Amino acid sequence: MPTSDASGLDVEAIREDFPILERKIGGDVTVPGPDETDDQPLYYLDNAATSHTPRQVVEAMTDYYYEYNSNVHRGIHSLSQEASIAYEEAHDRAAEFVGADGREEVVFTKNTTEAFNLVAYTWGLTELEPGENVVTTQMEHHASLVTWQQLCEKQGAEIRYVEIDEDGRLDMDDLRSKVDDDTAMVSAVHVSNTLGTINPVSEITDIAHEHGALSFIDGAQAVPTRPVDVAEIDADFYAFSGHKMLGPTGIGVLYGKQHLLEELPPFLVGGAMIRRVEFEGTTWEDLPWKFEAGTPPIAEAVGLTAAIDYLEDVGMEAIERHESELARYAYDRLSEFDDIEIYGPHEERGGLVGFNLEGVHAHDLSSILDDHGVAVRAGDHCTQPLHDVLGVPASTRASFYLYNTREEIDELIDAVDTARQLFA
Amino acid sequence: MSGSDMYRQQILDHYKNPRNYGEMQDPDFSHVGENPSCGDTIQVDVKLADDDETIEQVAFSGDGCAISQAAASLLTETLPGKSIDELQAMDTDDIVDMLGVDISPMRIKCAVLARQVAQDGSKLYRGELDEKDRTITEE
Repeated sequence: MPTSDASGLDVEAIREDFPILERKIGGDVTVPGPDETDDQPLYYLDNAATSHTPRQVVEAMTDYYYEYNSNVHRGIHSLSQEASIAYEEAHDRAAEFVGADGREEVVFTKNTTEAFNLVAYTWGLTELEPGENVVTTQMEHHASLVTWQQLCEKQGAEIRYVEIDEDGRLDMDDLRSKVDDDTAMVSAVHVSNTLGTINPVSEITDIAHEHGALSFIDGAQAVPTRPVDVAEIDADFYAFSGHKMLGPTGIGVLYGKQHLLEELPPFLVGGAMIRRVEFEGTTWEDLPWKFEAGTPPIAEAVGLTAAIDYLEDVGMEAIERHESELARYAYDRLSEFDDIEIYGPHEERGGLVGFNLEGVHAHDLSSILDDHGVAVRAGDHCTQPLHDVLGVPASTRASFYLYNTREEIDELIDAVDTARQLFA
Repeated sequence: MSGSDMYRQQILDHYKNPRNYGEMQDPDFSHVGENPSCGDTIQVDVKLADDDETIEQVAFSGDGCAISQAAASLLTETLPGKSIDELQAMDTDDIVDMLGVDISPMRIKCAVLARQVAQDGSKLYRGELDEKDRTITEE
């Protein structure tokens, strides 16, 4: 495939690291994997849901299983020491990648959702009191929104949702008016998975801190796509998922300031997170292990390290430029049609574009795009309340990553036109 | 099976020109269903013959994707003349046959929503089902 790129990425070379981009689709989907009836090239534009995995990441995990698979922390034998060191160093690597002070501030979770739940069940259940409030936004993913909503219900606290403006940006005046001295937590998404909006998370955190509140930033769409520095943001908590940044599923990261994590009680209890267990009581391990009960995702941690290595080799600034350029191109091409409504701002957007084709339900559109090999997301994208605000039941989302090209967006536009003709 | 295959003429025709669309005056029973993640909503109204068993007339209202709406429209033409027992015996294959196209696995829930609404409505009418606010066919 010819590539065109103004951001300096060698997209053609990058694509060669992703075998799945070569497969064809269109055949029997009830059996996983390719079959002889697949006849359609794949144009994968669903990266905000999950990204693909380069050979380097799969090979790192294969090496782990073939060469040093073992349980971590407790073993004295050689394999266990090798696995333990790799697992522990994965925390250092993740810390360095997002500007955390060290492994004490990096807790591996299952995903971003679990990171939110961890804070809700530890900080929330012990610190959030009736009469206090949690301020979050209308554009939150359910991972954040549902967690805060349920926590507030349990604690008798109030939940407040900051509104979005017509362009899909956060109304910062509304945010300032909703954060008050009874606010205990301000939680905002860094990059919206539906609108593509990039929120001023540093400013949001400052506002939280002025009122003595904590801030929790959802970085699931940000960390994969741009340089992120949690210390610069000054966020108290920050979360992201491995599978959206070329890594495996089953691993996510909760960043937390060390002094906060030290004060929190454990989330899940059991093996690995204890120091001394007696029948009468138990003391906890040091950070971050206090929050990692049971056998952790070891192979996944090894994969995450390889994914971070890959991303840094390519360069996060270059990835951000490439994505922004593709998002702008997609936005502009979709804007050529009067029957397409696009959500979110034109300027300063992450690498995704959400839209609707008039008269065609997002699921119908997605089915027809799939027939043309174009993989997009259709539905509520885990932001049902935001779709209520937008006044639509669902939307279609094309999201881009370092291996996507303008030509793939042209395929998207052509396939949308087929749907338009079919439903005319 | 592929997207365009699902959108053959019959489906598109019933989506664009739904039959028996609108709420019925004095139905014998009426029920509502919704698949929240799709936003598909369907209400089915049924009028029975004097035997209280034979379906005489069916209407539907609601909105959503082409598959859910076309399936509802087709159902309003298929059901009259059938008994409630026959309605309750209809399975997913019957709906796929009625639509005349293969439905991809992720869209089955759209295709069967109207049937499930009609079935639940009839069970509520006969007292075979406890009060159920809405019918949902997605997981």
